[in-house]
Amino acid sequence: MDTKPSFFDEMFEGTELPRQPYSRYNDWFVGEDAKELRKKSAEAEAFFRRIGITFNVYGQQDADERLIPFDIVPRIIAAREWQRLEQGIEQRVRAINAFLHDIYHRQEILRAGRLPREIIARNEAFLPQMIGLNPPGGVYTHVVGTDLVRTGENEFYVLEDNARTPSGVSYMLENRETMLQMFPELFTQLKVRPVSSYPQNLRRSLSDCAPPAFNGDRPVVAVLTPGIHNSAYFEHAFLADQMGAELVESHDLRIVDGRVAMRTTLGYQAIDVIYRRIDDEYLDPLNFNPNSLLGVPGIMDVYRAGGITIANAPGTGIADDKALYSYMPDIVEFYTGEKSILQNVPTWRCSEPDSLKYVLENLKDLVVKEVHGSGGYGMLVGPAASKRELARFEKKLRARPSNYIAQPTLALSTVPIMTKKGLAPRHVDLRPFVLVSPNRVQITPGGLTRVALKEGSLVVNSSQGGGTKDTWVLGD
Amino acid sequence: MLGKTAGGLFWMFRYLERCENTSRLVEAGWRIALTRTGDTESEWESVINTAGIRPLYDEKYDDFEASHVINFLLRDADNPSSVLSSINVARSNARLVRTALSAEVWEAVNEYWMAMKTVLARPVSERNLAPILAEIRNKTAVVRGMLHGTMLRNDIYNFCRMGTFVERADNTARILDVKYYVLLPSASFVGSSMDNTQWENILRSVSAQRAFSWLHGGEITPAAIADFLIMDRRMPCSLAFCYDKIRENLYHLEGDYGIRQSSQDLADTLCAKFNGREVAAIFEDGLHEFLETSIRDTAHLASLIEQDFRFYG
Repeated sequence: MDTKPSFFDEMFEGTELPRQPYSRYNDWFVGEDAKELRKKSAEAEAFFRRIGITFNVYGQQDADERLIPFDIVPRIIAAREWQRLEQGIEQRVRAINAFLHDIYHRQEILRAGRLPREIIARNEAFLPQMIGLNPPGGVYTHVVGTDLVRTGENEFYVLEDNARTPSGVSYMLENRETMLQMFPELFTQLKVRPVSSYPQNLRRSLSDCAPPAFNGDRPVVAVLTPGIHNSAYFEHAFLADQMGAELVESHDLRIVDGRVAMRTTLGYQAIDVIYRRIDDEYLDPLNFNPNSLLGVPGIMDVYRAGGITIANAPGTGIADDKALYSYMPDIVEFYTGEKSILQNVPTWRCSEPDSLKYVLENLKDLVVKEVHGSGGYGMLVGPAASKRELARFEKKLRARPSNYIAQPTLALSTVPIMTKKGLAPRHVDLRPFVLVSPNRVQITPGGLTRVALKEGSLVVNSSQGGGTKDTWVLGD
Repeated sequence: MLGKTAGGLFWMFRYLERCENTSRLVEAGWRIALTRTGDTESEWESVINTAGIRPLYDEKYDDFEASHVINFLLRDADNPSSVLSSINVARSNARLVRTALSAEVWEAVNEYWMAMKTVLARPVSERNLAPILAEIRNKTAVVRGMLHGTMLRNDIYNFCRMGTFVERADNTARILDVKYYVLLPSASFVGSSMDNTQWENILRSVSAQRAFSWLHGGEITPAAIADFLIMDRRMPCSLAFCYDKIRENLYHLEGDYGIRQSSQDLADTLCAKFNGREVAAIFEDGLHEFLETSIRDTAHLASLIEQDFRFYG
């Protein structure tokens, strides 16, 4: 058990027996010709290239646009499993919004002593500019991507809350589109809940948060992208397109008569809601990073005066900060009065001496993360690390303990992928996408399943060799 | 619509048109080389002149050998107007304005780009020139077909079309201007086989041989060619046709936006130039001068469109 952990496979119990959610799919699968299926894999890749679902790799100007590998075996979630996840996610997202409102207003949670003051005060993700500000509709996180991992039949953990600008939703939509084209017969046999209304829901949800200055029939929505060279440009264009919104860059925008306006062929037109896909830091060179060329000078002043809705609101990063993560169960309880439905991964805060001691003693069994890191960079996976890497990380930990948290290596569940030798289990995670409007929380049934394509690997990030799968939530 | 989007559409279609025009120029030059009916090197030289890239070419080569010219025009990254460079620009403009394009148009451009990256990855040899030229023509036709078949007839469409016709007007004027001397009445050459080849080749470089024959029978005369490519409003690459189309699209924009712009005044003036004019009069006033003015007018019109519709702020 210690040397070779066993993993929960979502499709098979043991070696051949399909679990209930997969039983129909498995019936279909065994009747298919493996060679034909592999051909389908190649078709899928050609399809993605043709549509241009690619991402750019930073720092490589002439590099080809890359594809995120797509696996044709779907990840299937039963109706009952999903229902519970949905409740848990909604609870968590509501708590996050209540927390954000509180932390930028009366800070009751600090007064109550449920959260240490210094964790907020010394945190760069906390934006003093947001103190006392009321975002239109009271919504802070219009879009959330809650990262979940699974370790057993009913064991789901929240890995990260992604409350800033979660990406990947275009893959959720295009993966489904691809599966519909390749295996239409499967969708007639299984009741898979559709995901295609996400863009319309996003538009509606954003429109419901129109700012006080909005006066018209239909709020003007725009997607703000850093530009064509950004790694997620495809997604920005895709969402703007699907929502019927304009795709703007900073040089299309200007403040005109107290509104954020875009340069059209007819002159400047005011925007009501801006779905920005740039970080807080770059949003407004007058209020944040003065060297930013990506933002709109003065947008924060317009925001403060009720001239525009910014989605997500600036300063939401404080809610998904890794230093705060370990407090999430308390936060959920504090604001909802209920126990957290979804579990947190046990987390050692290396800033605490006892925890640091434990982490250093057990480094080879733990995953250590930088508090402000993302994308799988700056991370140590103990069991997979060499002695040298462990030693190097130990030094880093001792030098700046408060910069790190540690978690046990989770026995992430696996779902099979199609390989040359047939089905083979690989580790997965799941990012469902959540929309928040003033009167409801909407969770698209499904999400982005990321899969580590290398055998045994636990890192699913696309920048580190991960792929994706279509995620099917079954109807009753 | 964003000004940036309008600009992106306009340039996307300028560059797509340029791909096609360049492929025709290469084809016409190749034809001369194959039939060995003229001085091949000077023919390739005039192809380089027509493409408007002479200084760039001179930096790289000091001869006009077929393989040099062909590769420079089709795939050289140092030539911003090569087919490969042009499709790169067209495609990155398409990415920029993706939200304004139908899925069909975007995919057609993207596939075009992928195909060119493959077929133009290695130097083009004489053996595979023909299929490559055919593929360029074909892929351009698919984009155009998708544009016609799937796009709304609104301002988006107008900017696409204006890009196409600005580029085409410029191209036609250049082809004629580089060859204007073979069109001039000159006693010593008239009727010689050399002239006939040259004239035919002008028609070939705009894919107009067949159309010309229908209208004029077998008889090719300089005046008829000039008339056809400058004045004939039925001919889709004649100057008159291109200006008409630009003007027509500007009128649609006026209807759509409710504002008359200065570019429209210029387009009116340019179109009026062709009314009731005889080609003989153009020859009298000087063909070369006429064509030079026309190239300048087209550039001026393009820059007015760019300002009027706020492409760059």
